[in-house]
Amino acid sequence: MEEDTIVAISTSMGVGAISIIRLSGKDAISIANSIFKGPDLTKVKSHTINYGYIMDKDEIIDEVLVSVMLTPKTYTTEDVVEINCHGGISTTNKVLALTIKHGARLAEPGEFTKRAFLNGRINLIEAEAVSDLISSQSEKQRKMAINGLNGRLTKIVEDIVTKITNIIANIEVNIDYPEYEDAIEVTPEYLKAELENIESDLVKLKSNSEMGKIIKKGLDIALIGRPNVGKSSLLNAFLNEDKAIVTDISGTTRDLIEAQTQINGIAVNLIDTAGIRESNNLIEQLGITKSKELINTADLIILVLNNNEELTPLDKELLSSITNKKSIIFVNKNDLPTKIDTTGLDIVKGNTKTLDGIEPLINKITEMYNLDKLESKDNTYLSNIRQINLVEEALKDITSAIQDTDNQIPVDMLEIHLRSAWEKLRSLIGDTYEDELIDTLFKNFCLGK
Amino acid sequence: MHYEIIVVGGGHAGCEASHIAAFMGHKTLLITMNKKNIADMPCNPSIGGTAKGVIVRDIDALGGLMGKVADESHFQIKMLNSKKGPAVQSLRCQADKRTYPQNMLKRLEETKNLSIKEATVEDLIVENAKIKGVILKDGTKIMCDALILTTGTYLKSNILIGSSNKVGGPHGEKRSDFLSDNLKKLGFEIQRLKTGTPPRIKASSIDFSECQEELGDNKYYTFSHDDQPKYKIEEQQKCYLIYTNAKTHQIILDNLNKSSMYGGYVTGIGPRYCPSIEDKIVRFKDKERHQLFLEPESMYYDEWYLQGFSTSMPEDIQEQMVHSLKGLEHAILTKYAYAIEYDAINPLQLKPTLETKIVENLYTAGQINGTSGYEEAAGQGLIAGINAALKLQNDEPFILKRNESYIGVLIDDLVTKGTKEPYRMLTSRAEYRLLLRHDNADLRLREYGYKLKTITQEMYKNYQKRLEDIASLKEFLKNTKLEITPEVKEIFTKNNINLPLNKTSYFELLKRPEITLDFLKLFTKIDYPIDTEEEVSIDIKYAGYISKMQKEIEKMLKLEEKQIPPDIDYDKIANLASEARQKLKEVRPLSIGQASRISGVNPADIAILAIYLKKEYSKNE
Repeated sequence: MEEDTIVAISTSMGVGAISIIRLSGKDAISIANSIFKGPDLTKVKSHTINYGYIMDKDEIIDEVLVSVMLTPKTYTTEDVVEINCHGGISTTNKVLALTIKHGARLAEPGEFTKRAFLNGRINLIEAEAVSDLISSQSEKQRKMAINGLNGRLTKIVEDIVTKITNIIANIEVNIDYPEYEDAIEVTPEYLKAELENIESDLVKLKSNSEMGKIIKKGLDIALIGRPNVGKSSLLNAFLNEDKAIVTDISGTTRDLIEAQTQINGIAVNLIDTAGIRESNNLIEQLGITKSKELINTADLIILVLNNNEELTPLDKELLSSITNKKSIIFVNKNDLPTKIDTTGLDIVKGNTKTLDGIEPLINKITEMYNLDKLESKDNTYLSNIRQINLVEEALKDITSAIQDTDNQIPVDMLEIHLRSAWEKLRSLIGDTYEDELIDTLFKNFCLGK
Repeated sequence: MHYEIIVVGGGHAGCEASHIAAFMGHKTLLITMNKKNIADMPCNPSIGGTAKGVIVRDIDALGGLMGKVADESHFQIKMLNSKKGPAVQSLRCQADKRTYPQNMLKRLEETKNLSIKEATVEDLIVENAKIKGVILKDGTKIMCDALILTTGTYLKSNILIGSSNKVGGPHGEKRSDFLSDNLKKLGFEIQRLKTGTPPRIKASSIDFSECQEELGDNKYYTFSHDDQPKYKIEEQQKCYLIYTNAKTHQIILDNLNKSSMYGGYVTGIGPRYCPSIEDKIVRFKDKERHQLFLEPESMYYDEWYLQGFSTSMPEDIQEQMVHSLKGLEHAILTKYAYAIEYDAINPLQLKPTLETKIVENLYTAGQINGTSGYEEAAGQGLIAGINAALKLQNDEPFILKRNESYIGVLIDDLVTKGTKEPYRMLTSRAEYRLLLRHDNADLRLREYGYKLKTITQEMYKNYQKRLEDIASLKEFLKNTKLEITPEVKEIFTKNNINLPLNKTSYFELLKRPEITLDFLKLFTKIDYPIDTEEEVSIDIKYAGYISKMQKEIEKMLKLEEKQIPPDIDYDKIANLASEARQKLKEVRPLSIGQASRISGVNPADIAILAIYLKKEYSKNE
């Protein structure tokens, strides 16, 4: 089974003066050569740029520069040709069509990266980061994707893996050479200190990855509250600030209104349970169910209350439902006399009509998520579910191991958790470390007869 | 002359191989250069040790001899790691270098279908890539259906002491000069390995008052599942601990270039876990002292082994080094330490049955395969012997998996990863060691022994009795509840253990980390064999860990089940990294699981391989 040759326009269409068409596969060079007038591309040296014309039979299509890169030192490790076209969208499309006519296949999204991964050119995190990079929309997303590509995330995980390796090696030496004093004795104190250190690394990685999710997908904020407390006007107040667009979401979620805006350059998705206006009991019940669903899925809840009314049973139910969630209580209509009793509640007061209190509200959100600092943080976020799950599982293992030290479980048993965490983190960076453990063991300790 | 199976070499591998093949009913010949050296222990006077002790029990469970002979030939026995968890405990005995070989020889001579002959084999008779027989040094031909080579360190071996380099094997025995060259001619890749042994000291010249005593265990143990202890705890022989000092280190550093290793006289690769004393001092400069153990070689010899002091220094320097040690100031060296270089084959040329890929019905086991250690050799010998027999019977091969035995781990490592240094078994090599315990060796393996007919009826009965014991002890623990009387309360308080609820079952109590079966014996009579009690306690106490490991094993076994057809053409698989392709071609793994353990084959290659198999081979399913 030989891989076929794939082609795609690798620059954004219509943006910039030059478009690049990239071919990869065993026929990349011969296909390019068959539509190229200039030096014989099958004979040029690797990693050279060649000047000439793209021809459709006798017709000149475009004046181009063609880069020829021979296997294996290329992005995909296959033969790669890049054609720099100068002639705008229609010309670029024509060149693309010509390559397809001569045997190339239009690449699926991410297929170049997939080949790079399968050919061992990049590891799994890098491959995932590349796919993130391709589909990233904001500068921050791009930075994050590139960060993965540069292996910074890999480095962080590798460091944790190394720490675990050292502990395991220490335990192993204790076990395999019980009578030798050369090995450091693995005491519960030593273990606990080391494990807590690893635990905090993983916790950091995990909480960073929650930030990563926010950067990538934006912050989901649900507005909940009784009808007519001013949720919709609060939503509009947000939007007036940032001039975003309100969209009706079609289908069964017609009752939800979602809008997008930005706070400090971070995307914010506002979701409002609008359309539930009637005080008809049944429909109100429905509204509450929906609000409850939102409470579970959103990153942040803003509960809107009416300054001019006493707390209703529904208000109280909503209040109790958000106790374990990240939430802000916004008390609207501060222009009207205060009838509400908010003793013991941390609230922001304001008025959606005058926009009073909107800025404090935004500041509070910013503060809660460090949104102003996200830019300057080192961008080492895990950015997909697989990665996050692996870190979470590894964290669980480490936590179990710490519990074991407290329960005085023998080291060789406790090590089962360590090995499990170790395996997970290693699979996170998609790497094998043959005999690494044994090597460490013998590098660091003086043993044997 | 014709035998069904010939075994060449009477070391630990050869003994097990020839015994089990004969036991399985095949007319077998064991050829050794010297009958006196049957089951010889040319290095340390002990059997077992971490991981190795479990191998001995595994051998025993499958019908091998090592455990039983060790039980009748030792003068001290100890459970190592007894203060650590259950997964890593292991027996080690100080075996008598005179009685162990004698007892082994006796058992071999009593084995039906087995003959022993003194001779040197120098060539093989191979026709159409199939073994037909051997040619002895005097030209005699002996024909066979299967051949097992267990030649140890005797292939083109050289003994090195300082700059002296003498042709020959251990004990000044002759070496085999041509066999490894002839193997090379058949297409085997030969590698040169090295190992070493420390000096021996005349016991009467040692001042033991300067040495720290090392005693045997105060519990009774046997390696074999079928044996009763044949010794008395109080009659065990002592060993001693001493240390090197600054003077020793200085002598070594001053004379470093005189050692065979550092003087550049050695070409073979030595094991990292068995460094010479000069190696330790060069590599670990900061250490002020190193431990050395003094162990008797035999109750019949006036000779002690100085463990930890292996060296290839010249004789006069060895004298100085030994005399610098406390208690050994006037020691007389009865044998000097030496390094030995020898030929071994690359184990990647073997199938997991230990049959060679190059010559059909030719098997190899022990140091010829690049391993080190008596137990490692014996384990391989057993597997080679069983598989040679099975092949002649046209039966399915017997391959132990990594979750079934240390022997499985050992052989899988050898034939999958190969080795560049003498391979020693370590518990850390066994990822499923919680299940590969010394106390459950029979539970893991006796059923195989029964099926393969490698154990006696009596041995199988012992195993069945064990199963009954385990079941009845578990039943007892489940059905017996602890009543909290004032006396019970007092015992708990005295031991600083939280009082349980009234009428909690013993089974539940045992789940608590701080409560042991021995503690429960304070309240009720529990009297089962020590291994049974251990097995049941572990099963109850560590159930959570065991099930976690079982899940890992299930994952592994799924990969093992994904078989790779033997005729696969790796050149046809696009996108494999070239290193991976080359390694896969060399190892020719039997399953995706085995492939994933090859160094240099990364997960992306495994993914590609798996996809290819699915595409190419699922059509026929």
